[in-house]
This record gives sequence, C-alpha cells and structure tokens, in this order.
Amino acid sequence: MSGRMRLPHGGQIDHNKPLSFTFNGRAYKGLAGDTLAAALLANGVHLVGRSFKYHRPRGIVTAGPEEPNALVQVGEDPRTDPNIKATQLELVEGLSAQPQNAWPSLEFDVGAVNTLAARLIPAGFYYKTFMWPVSAWKTYEHIIRRAAGLGRAPSQRDPDRYDKTYAYCDVLVVGAGPAGLAAALAAGRSGARVVLVEQDHLLGGALLSAAEEMIDGQAALDWVRAAETELSQMANVRILRRTIAYGAFDHGFFGLMENVTDHLAEPPAELPRHRLWKLRAKQAVFCAGAIERPLVFADNDRPGIMTASSVQSYINRYAVRPGKRAVVFTNNDSGYGAALDMTAAGIEVVAVIDLRSAPSGPLTERAEAAGLRILAEHAIIGTAGRKRVTKVRVAELAVEGDAVVGAVEEIDCDLIANSGGWSPTVHLFCHAKGSLNWDEEHACFVPDKAMQAGQRCAGSANGAFGLGSCLAEGAEAGTAAAAEAGFQAGAAVTVESEDRDFLPGRWIWLVPSDKPLGQKAKHFVDQQNDVTAADLKLALREGYVSIEHVKRYTTTGMATDQGKLGNVNAIGIVAEEFGRPLPEVGVTTFRPPFTPVSFGIFGGRDVDDLLDPLRRTPMHAWHERNGALFEDVGQWRRPWYYPQFGEDMHTAVNREVKAVRQSLGILDASTLGKIDIQGPDAAEFLNRVYTNAWKKLDIGRCRYGLMLGEDGMVTDDGVTTRLGENHFLMTTTTGNAAAVLSHLEDYLQTEWPDLKVFLTSVTEQFATITLSGPNARKLLAELSDAELSPNALPHMGYTAARVAGVPARIFRISFTGELSYEINVPASFGMAVWQTVMTVGERYGITPYGTEAMHVLRAEKGYIIVGQETDGSVNPLDLDMGWAVSKTKDFIGKRSLTRADMLKPDRKQLVGILTQDPQEVLPEGAQLVEQVLPQPPMPMLGHVTSSYYSPNCGRSIAMALVKGGLARKGETLYAPLEGGKTVACVVAESPVFFDPAGERLK
Amino acid sequence: MTSRYSVFSLLRNALSYHENWPQAWQNKEPKPRYDVVIVGGGGHGLATAYYLAKNHGITNVAVVERGWLGGGNTGRNTTIVRSNYLWDQSAALYEHALKLWEGLSQDLNYNVMFSQRGVLNLAHSQHDLREVSRRINANRLNGVDSEFLTPAQVQEMVPIMDLRAKGRYPVLGASLQRRGGTARHDAVAWGYARAADALGVDIIQECPVNGFRRENGRITGVETGKGFIEAGKVGVVTAGHSSVMAEMAGFRLPVQSLPLQALVSEPVKPVIDTVVMSGAVHAYVSQSDKGELVIGAGVDSYIGYGQRGSMPVTEETLAAICELFPLFRRMRMLRQWGGIVDVCPDASPILSKTPVEGLYFNCGWGTGGFKATPGSGWVFAHTIAQDEPHALNAAFSIDRFRSGFLIDEHGAAAVAH
Amino acid sequence: MLLISCPHCGPRCESEFANGGEAHIERPKDPETLSDADWAEFVFFRDNPKGLVLERWNHAQGCRRWFNAARDSVTYEILAVYPMGSPPPALDPKRYV
Repeated sequence: MSGRMRLPHGGQIDHNKPLSFTFNGRAYKGLAGDTLAAALLANGVHLVGRSFKYHRPRGIVTAGPEEPNALVQVGEDPRTDPNIKATQLELVEGLSAQPQNAWPSLEFDVGAVNTLAARLIPAGFYYKTFMWPVSAWKTYEHIIRRAAGLGRAPSQRDPDRYDKTYAYCDVLVVGAGPAGLAAALAAGRSGARVVLVEQDHLLGGALLSAAEEMIDGQAALDWVRAAETELSQMANVRILRRTIAYGAFDHGFFGLMENVTDHLAEPPAELPRHRLWKLRAKQAVFCAGAIERPLVFADNDRPGIMTASSVQSYINRYAVRPGKRAVVFTNNDSGYGAALDMTAAGIEVVAVIDLRSAPSGPLTERAEAAGLRILAEHAIIGTAGRKRVTKVRVAELAVEGDAVVGAVEEIDCDLIANSGGWSPTVHLFCHAKGSLNWDEEHACFVPDKAMQAGQRCAGSANGAFGLGSCLAEGAEAGTAAAAEAGFQAGAAVTVESEDRDFLPGRWIWLVPSDKPLGQKAKHFVDQQNDVTAADLKLALREGYVSIEHVKRYTTTGMATDQGKLGNVNAIGIVAEEFGRPLPEVGVTTFRPPFTPVSFGIFGGRDVDDLLDPLRRTPMHAWHERNGALFEDVGQWRRPWYYPQFGEDMHTAVNREVKAVRQSLGILDASTLGKIDIQGPDAAEFLNRVYTNAWKKLDIGRCRYGLMLGEDGMVTDDGVTTRLGENHFLMTTTTGNAAAVLSHLEDYLQTEWPDLKVFLTSVTEQFATITLSGPNARKLLAELSDAELSPNALPHMGYTAARVAGVPARIFRISFTGELSYEINVPASFGMAVWQTVMTVGERYGITPYGTEAMHVLRAEKGYIIVGQETDGSVNPLDLDMGWAVSKTKDFIGKRSLTRADMLKPDRKQLVGILTQDPQEVLPEGAQLVEQVLPQPPMPMLGHVTSSYYSPNCGRSIAMALVKGGLARKGETLYAPLEGGKTVACVVAESPVFFDPAGERLK
Repeated sequence: MTSRYSVFSLLRNALSYHENWPQAWQNKEPKPRYDVVIVGGGGHGLATAYYLAKNHGITNVAVVERGWLGGGNTGRNTTIVRSNYLWDQSAALYEHALKLWEGLSQDLNYNVMFSQRGVLNLAHSQHDLREVSRRINANRLNGVDSEFLTPAQVQEMVPIMDLRAKGRYPVLGASLQRRGGTARHDAVAWGYARAADALGVDIIQECPVNGFRRENGRITGVETGKGFIEAGKVGVVTAGHSSVMAEMAGFRLPVQSLPLQALVSEPVKPVIDTVVMSGAVHAYVSQSDKGELVIGAGVDSYIGYGQRGSMPVTEETLAAICELFPLFRRMRMLRQWGGIVDVCPDASPILSKTPVEGLYFNCGWGTGGFKATPGSGWVFAHTIAQDEPHALNAAFSIDRFRSGFLIDEHGAAAVAH
Repeated sequence: MLLISCPHCGPRCESEFANGGEAHIERPKDPETLSDADWAEFVFFRDNPKGLVLERWNHAQGCRRWFNAARDSVTYEILAVYPMGSPPPALDPKRYV
C-alpha cells in the first residue's frame, strides 16, 4: 500500500511500482510517478515545514513550482540539496528528505516562540531597533543569521558533473500543455526546427490534472499522447522534458536547465546531473499556462489549506485524497471543479464558501445540481488547528464585501481548497521586456506587446483560459511563428474543445474577518516570508507606498517562489488601500530565473583545470621533468625557478642568476608575444604606434620600442626587428600579446585604413630559446652555421641561420645585460632544439633559469617590466625614458604628454633604491615616506615596484616610483613596513646596478 | 512628526497593533522654489540633502526622484562597504565614508545593518600579490585598516574556500579590511530620506526631470513632470543617467553607462561569514542576513540603459564562484538583475562643479558607489553649499580629464566594487 | 546575449565580439595643434546616448574585422550594421528621457 490516502486506481502513476522513501526520519511508500508532495499526502502527511519568521507549522499548498511552503532538504552530504520544492521533486527509490528551518524537530519547534513575540516583529522591525549599543549589532546579527536561512548548503565539494551546450531553433515553444502542444504541432508540421520545453516529465500540462476534459471528442490525455507521438516522430522537433526555460534574454536568447539525472535512483556515471542549454530561437511561443492564486483570509496558512487546482491535481494525476472532509473557498467558478473532483474521489465536501453574491458558471451549476451545500456571499473568517486545519469559521459577507455580518458558523474539516482566481505565467515574456495589460474581467495581468520581435504568448499564459481557446491560440501562434521564420504551414492543427472560463468572479483581495486586521489572526500574503496583509498596510502607513517599497520593506514576493502566489494579491491589497486602480499600482519587475537553477550548470565542464585555457610552451614537459616550479602569467604557465637538491627559492634563484653572469643560462621565452608585420607601410605604421623613430631602422637590426595609449600612459614595450624592407617581427610582453594585437588592428583598420600593413600573430608558431651569459656565443657557434662575430651579429642585430639543424631566427637582444641570443625555431622543433642545446651546453654548465631569475637579472640592469614598474598611470618621462620618445613625429599618445599635469615636477618617477643595510630586501609594494610619523596618515612619496637580493651586486637592489624621484638622488627615504619595522634607504644615482657602462653587451 | 525608533517605541506600538506608526517620510508635492534641488533620490542624493540640512543649515531643499527612492543602483547593488583604495584621494574619500558608516544607524536613527564582517581581496598570482602588498602598505600609511593574510589564514577565515594550487586560480594570499563589510541597501535610502525629512527636506517621488532652465550661464531651476521648480542651486546625482542629465544641461561627461549584473542564491544557513572578492575572476560573494549568497559580476562592455546584462557575464562569474567554492555548485540562483553604472575612464567618480553656474554633478562611481554613500553625500553637500569642493573631493573634478591628473583605480584596486 | 550580424561572417553571438565604443570619432590629424581641452575631448569624452547608439564592434573571435553598428541602448535592438569609414545610415535619432 502506498499510503492510506491513495485511491485504488487512476492517475498518471504506476500503482504497481512502489517506491520507498524517508521524510523527517520516517519511512514511507510512494508510487512511481509521484512527486514527494504527492507521496506525503498519500500517507496523510501535510505538515512539512516551519515558516521563516514565525516558525508556524506549514503544509503543502500547491502541486507545482509556485509552492511556498513544502521546501525540503534532499539527500545526504555532499549530495544534499536545500530548498527543494516537494511539489516538483520526482520520487525515486530510496529518496531521503528532511524538513527545514525547524529545531529540534518539525513537531516541536523552539523557534515557534516567535509566534508569541509576533507582535513585536512586524514588517521592517529590524530597521527600528538593534541600534544600541553601537557594537552590539554584530551579536544581534549573529543571532538573526542563525535564525534565518532555510536549508543547509552541502559541506563538501560537489561530486556531480554539469554540462552546457548551445542550441538553435526556428521556433521555441515553452510549455507542453494544450496550447504548447498545439503550437509545437503547428510549427513542427511546417518543417521548422522546433524545441518544445516542458518542466514536467510528462507532457500535457494542466490536462494531466483534469478529471474529464475532452478534446476532439476523445479523452484529453489521449489527444496529448497522440500529439506526443507525432512530435516525437518529427526529426525537426526536439522535446526537452524536465527542462525549465528559466530566462529570456536579448535577441531571442534563452537559458534552459535540463534535469538529466535527479530523477534516477542510480544515475549512470557518464551523465551530467544538470545541463544548461543556451538556446537561440528565431521565434518563441510562450505557453506556460497560469497559476491559481489563493485567497487572503484569516489564518490561511495552516497545513491542509491548499489551492483548489492543486487538490484536483493530487486527486486526478496522483490518485491521492488530500483530505477526508473538505471545505471549498472560492471567488470564481473554477473552485467548483475541485468540489466536484473531491466528491467524485470520495472526499466529503461539507460546504462551498463562495464570496460571490450570486454564484454562477458551468461548474457552479454542476455543483448545485450535485446538491453540494453552497454558501453564497460568505467568507471564511478564521481557521483552527495547530498542525492541520480542523475547522473553519464562516460568516456572511456585508454587501460591500469589506466586512462580515451575522452569525458565525463553525464547520469541521481537514482540508480547505481555495481559489482566488488565476494569473497567467508571463515571466519569460516579461524577462524579454514584454509589457502587460490589466484584464479587469479576469483580474489578472495579461501580455500586451512583446518588445522583441518574434515573441508571443498563447493559451492561459495569454489570458485565454478556456481549453478550446488554448488549443486554438496555440495552433495559431505555432503557425504564425513558423511562417515568420520562413516556413509554410503544414497540415492545419484543428482541435475542438469546450471553452469554459472561470468567470464570473468577485475580486476581493483581502477577505474580511470579524477581528480587526492583524489582531489575533494573520492574513498571509506571502507564506514563505511570513508576510501578512497587516504588514502590507503597515508599510503603506509608514509611507512605503511604491509597490517596490512595499515589496522590499515587507519582503513580500522575495522568497524562493518569487511571489508566484502572492504578488497579485499584494498588489490588489495595496490598490484597495489607496483606492487606486490596480494597474496604476503596477507590478514589480520579473527577473530570471523562473524557478531556481543550479550554479553548477554555469561552469559546466569548464571547471578545475578547464576553467580557463592554460597555455604551455613546447618545452613545458622538459621543465616539469626537471623540477621547475611554475608561475601563472596571464594564461601562460611559465617556469618560475628550478630548485635542485632541495634548494629553497632564494638559493635556487641566486644560483641561476649567478650562472647567467658567470657562464651561461637558458630561458624559455616562448611566451613573449610575437606579431609578424608586413607590407609597404609597415615602417610608417610602427613609427605611429611606437614612441620612437622606426623608418630608418636597417634590415637585420632590432630596436626597443614603447607603446602608449592615447592618454600617454605606457601600455607595452618590446623589441621589434626589421626582417626585410617590408617585414618586421614585433615582440610584446607575455600578458599583453592579445591586447597589443587588437590595439594595432584597431588603428590599422579604423584610423589608418590607407596603410598597407598586414598583422599576424605568430606567438605560438615559434618556440623561443634565450641563451644568455658570457659563453652564449661559444655554445651557439657550436650549434649553428650563423656568423656570430660581434661585427657580423652585433648587439641588437638579427640573422637567419640553422640552429641544431633547424631553421632559426637569431636575435642578439638582451634582457639580462649579458651577451644574449633569442633563438626562434618552429614550435614543433622547440623541444628538440632545447634538448640539444642542453646536452651540448653541459660543458658550459648551462643552467636553466626561470622568470624569477630573469626578473633579478633585468632589475640589476634597471630594465623595466610593463605592469610592474607601470600601472597605467606612468608615462615614458616618468620612467626617465625620454630617450625613447621622439620629439619630431606624432605617435599614439604623444599629445597627452604635454598636458599640464604631465609636466609637473612632482610626478612619480622611476628611480633605483638601495637599502642602507645591504642585506635587507624591501618587500615589493612597500610605500616610501620622507619622514616617519608616529602614526598615520603619513604622506607617501611612492612605492617599491621591484625588489630583489642581487647576488651579483652582493646586496639588495630595488626600483621605486617616487614623487619627484629624479631630483631626489642621494636622499634618504623610509619604508614603514607592516609590523612596525622601518627600513631606511637611499635613492640611487641610477637604477642600473650592474655593469652600468654596458660592457658585457659588446 | 517622526518619532524615534527604538526597542521601546517598538514595544509601545506593538500594544496598539502598530496602527500608530508615523510615516517614515512624507511624500510631498513640490513647492515653487527651493534653495537647492537635488535630482535623484538614491542613497547619494538623499545623503546630500541630509547633510545640506544637517551640516550646512540649508533646509529649503527638495529631492526629486523620477521613480521610487533607492530604485536605481542603491537598490540593486551587492552592498559591499570598504575603504581600502590604492590612491590617497580615493582612500581619503572612502575612509571618510567608512567612518560615517560606523555611526550611521545611530545618526539616522535607522538601522542600516552595517555589518563589519571584513572584506577579503584575493591574490591569485605573483602580480596580484605585489599589488595587494602595495595597496595594504598604502592603506596602512593612510590610516586605513588593511592586513595581509596568508593562504592558511584565508582558509581559517573561509573554511569552505578551495585554495588548491592545482586549480586555475590558486589563492596565494589576500588583503583583509576588517572594518569593511556590508549594509542593507534599501535601509540606507530610507534612513536618509527619513532623517532628511525630519530636518525639513521635501521628498518628491515620481517626479522626472525633463530639463534645466538657465539664465546667463546660471541655473535657475528644473523642469519636472510636476511642473517647473525654481532653484538656487541644483545637484544632480543620477547614476546611470548622468549623461542624459548633462545633455539636458548642455555639456558632455566622460562617462559611459554600462550594464552591471548581480544575483542571489536561495537562502541557506550561514556558510560564509565575510565578503570575498576576486578581481582576477571578476567575482565577489557575501551572504546576506537572510541567508542568500549575494554575488556580483562584471560589467558588460557596451552602453546599456536596459537594466539588464548578457548571460556570458553571469556565466563566467558563477563558473569562477563554483571554482572558489566547489560546494556552491549545488546552490541555486534565485534571482538575477542588472543596474546601469556610470563608468569614468579612470574608474573614479566625478564630484564637481560644472560649466553651468550653480549646477553640480555627482556621478561616475562605476561599480563601487554604494560604499561611498555617506561620504559622497557629505562632500557633495559641502560642494553645493560652499560653491567649492571639499578638500576630499577637490581631486574629483571634471577638469582632471583635461589636465591629465587622473586617479586611475583600474590597475591596483582590482574590481572597484 | 546579443546576436550581432558581422558583415563578413553573418549573425554570431555577442561573446565573439568586442565593443569599441562610439563610432565616427576620427583621430585628430595634427594633435599638436589642439588645446588640452580639445585633446581631452577626443581621448575621454564620448556620447553616451539613451537611445540610438552608433558604435564600433570587432569580430574578435571570428574574422577580427571592425565594423559599425547602430543600436538602441534601451531595447538593445541592432538597427543596422555598416562598414568602417562609411557614414551612418539614415535612422531616427531616437532619445529616451
């Protein structure tokens, strides 16, 4: 038996497939096809949670995504999920769920003392108190934070995988109810590529919950099955079940989340848990149906009080009786549907309380005919029952509908099915900035104009509530969408059905009671956030009159259901209070997602090592084998240093640095950006983008260049070589290569399209091996056929030759101040050449060095690193590099260098810094002051940009940007460090600490 | 008139079922003339009005708001408050704001829930470490609390963070400003509105400004949806729409209006007790008192007045968040939204006189204006009252783009939230 | 996510493109003759219209070519794309307030 409240047959469930599950530590049985909510109701369980603020006992209210109360914690850590709606959770064998927000237990919740203190904590109470003493907020906040929150996040890394994919279609149909199926059929028959998205695992929408709807003379669900079969057989139609179209974005772009495995007891290892579909649709048809609103009456939150349509859903779809003795409370015809279905299911309907003075409508008439007791122009004015509703108090409504009169009748019941009307699901339409109209007759917001081309609503999502209209609108919309996407209509979708609306209705937003509002009873508008009608009125009384202020002050509509049940009621109550037409109050903005979507899908498989592309040089494996530690530079992973025999970083770097100066070092410089520049105007182009002159550079010569932005600030530097009359190779900093290429292309295409220049990124086409040190020439001579004498290949010279048998470009350029060769070989030969060089170089004690040693070596020479000595606010003159700035020609950024503030003598300028204690190494980032004050603030002169211990100088060296630094040579400055220590240092005569005459480069 | 808020007034009003609370502020219709009209009823505008009245005794002031108070970026931001900016001028301005935050609830008699839970800025590379160190040292010497945390200390503070060096963005350290934290954004607007109203400021909502009236190069009033309002001086604080306002006033601003997005998760019990920011991956996260993870993303690259951004931006942010916090992969996004931020070329604001005499602009806060709210209002009120900038905003003039004295917070301040 | 029609490659997702700010800003031919204010105008000041925007896009992850687009900055609708160097098409210079 799958629960004492289960009907023996019927429904869209498998009566022969029992499933075991636990809730709140107790074992239960359900059936395949159940949601957790259905299975709990089948077992007579209504109490499923406690409310957010007052910890009131709460039960299942709905059968869908609008559920405010039945939120559960599912599964065990680390596969545990908080805040899952039991009304959407498919039951699987072994499912384990826990109630949330109740301590120590659901039945006895200590937090419920809040109920007693409820009068002290109306909407916004926290803005009015907890202010003294000033320091106490931390404590108050701690308590508030513990009390708030719903479920628990997992405590460990999520072991599941997620996936994402792109998709394109001609027509997207959201919702596979009658309108959506008709739309998909119409579009599908035209040959258009159709994606049909349905959040449920079954197609049919509201028809799944209906008792006896007919379509084309057959049972509605038979028509659904036929439509499903036809759609499944169309190659141009994709049906995505268990998929939520969670957001509509610009230009027909949609976010969908597919639940791939949550409904499987033992998910196959190869499947992701959820999948993000990034879908671009030429046309879209929104057929997301409508959501029934509850009525706002006194103590309307007790377990056993449900929306009428959800009661029908539990009976008809899940074969569950949600109660034995029911009262229906309605203001429109559709509530009678629940009364009839309950009667048919053997639930005793003791009364139908109808706010309308003269109940009418097709279902009303059938209920009358069935002899149900109907109390017209009556209202429920109170309920009783702690963990389940046990009775209602009923009274007659005054003529105006704003008060009750006469005697109060008490009626025992364990279920209240209530209906306050229907709201079309316009969320996606509004995400895409469609506008709404207020439909006075149906009392709901309906789609008006779509902002984006090719978007439309159909069926009850469009305010067409009769089944016949839904089908007709769906078919029409599907045909129109396909036509606009360029497809001729196929066989017409013509289906007939009864067109029953829920009218007439009487729209009373706040059901009166015999007690003043807010006293001794609560009219809940937003159950999850415990917002009552009295809270709304308090907000208005206090001047929070905009609907957005009401929402934010009271938090109505901000819970995990995002106001799907409560928002229109709240707007109605506000409008009534002001005596303003409801549409004037307006709606709050609809924001994605329609229902919550997991964070995991946005990473998909691009997580861990795949989060961002990782770039490795052709010699990477060698570095790994030889124990390199790595540093991330942009997307590149570069060898940082190569510790040997347990060396620490300091020892290893010192060894590498010394080896370069004493004999020979080798550096993998492949990451430097390389841009091939060709064309008759290449030299002119370089002349415009670099600060110095380029036209007269000889073929076979290299030149250092600085690049600025138009604001005059240094953006990049590098050496560029003239390979031929019209052919240059530019190098850029590692991190900036892509940006520099974009910058060059931008100017070339948009400012100077007349220049004949072609740019090609060749960074990854070459491996770059730098040999540096006094023995560099000797080694290279052994490996190469190049003429390497200083006359043939001087400093800043270039030659093409073979190295280790491989065609190579040899640049005699140096970032260390030593005799250096940068050798470019085709990337695929990089490893082979490197290995040959290492083998042959052994006799010179060739030493691989990493970026750290490279930094020390260049700092010994006072060479800058863009991004370290510069930060976007440094110009070439600040760097004392006026020698690289042409006075005679224009270049990008030149005009900025003569603006008033650029010429001030107190700009920060780059200088060398020597600590008074030569063994003291300043931390990079240390700030320098003229005078140490006993306490801050202390006027700062600038900061240390680079600082190292230099084994070649036998002392520490540093560079700094210092206000008026070039005029401060010889001055003593101080670096007050974290922890109270102060380091005295002197501004050096020059930032070139090693071989200032450049003898070693000759 | 306004009654004081306290636990006692709460008790007293509970006895009368909260039927007797006065309005937090009165919603007024405009008078024909004001000494000062503030255009824009966000946090900065309301704070400006409050300090005009409180610090300068100028109470014939109106705040005109086209929609509802706090409906722009005040009510859309991720509420991070910190003052650990790199440059002296920025640090001084934001630190002044932070000091005001520390007494703001009491000053306004409105609990803005300023929560000094600390703000961590993560370093993921050697370059980040250098920049973090530079900023910490600058902050310390400017009197702004700032300290370095080793990876182990970061882990202790945020146990659920994954610091793995194996991942793409290993955490190599962080700067921590303990006095930083978060505040309740709406409460800031409402608290200032209530306090300003109590000092005689008129709060006028649903009153769009359609133009400025000038005579001989001097402002004389504003054309609004509720008619012409004469004004001695006008302060414009309309983040997102500053260029539109400047165009009405006949000059250009060096700002671009870009979409900035944020999102929250469903609420869960406390999992993260501090604010974590990572510039390298353009993500920041904190947990609201309600239990929602509040996550900020980067800006879109194009002009957008639509208060919405594009999916790839949030996608990247969430991917990065899931990388830093692998257990968040099972958390679910509840709501996402966008705002419009004015971004200056140097990522620093403009608080300045303008080419029109008596017209002042406060704009260009980019992605980080919320934290400055009290300080911004304070110095802007001074600028309007005295017709010259306060020492703290002298550097933030429109003229700096001509002279070249930019305050470039791009590089070292990481994401400037 | 915008769908942008690259004139060379066809419609592609926004994530393939880089925005280059306001179109039709010509770099001054002789910057040295400009005042500081005029130069600042070129470097830092851009129209920021709420309405019709003429802007530059680069198909960075495609053909890498620059082109111009006319877009509504409120609805985000792209009204036209046109080549670099050609004048903007005749469009309603729409402004929202």
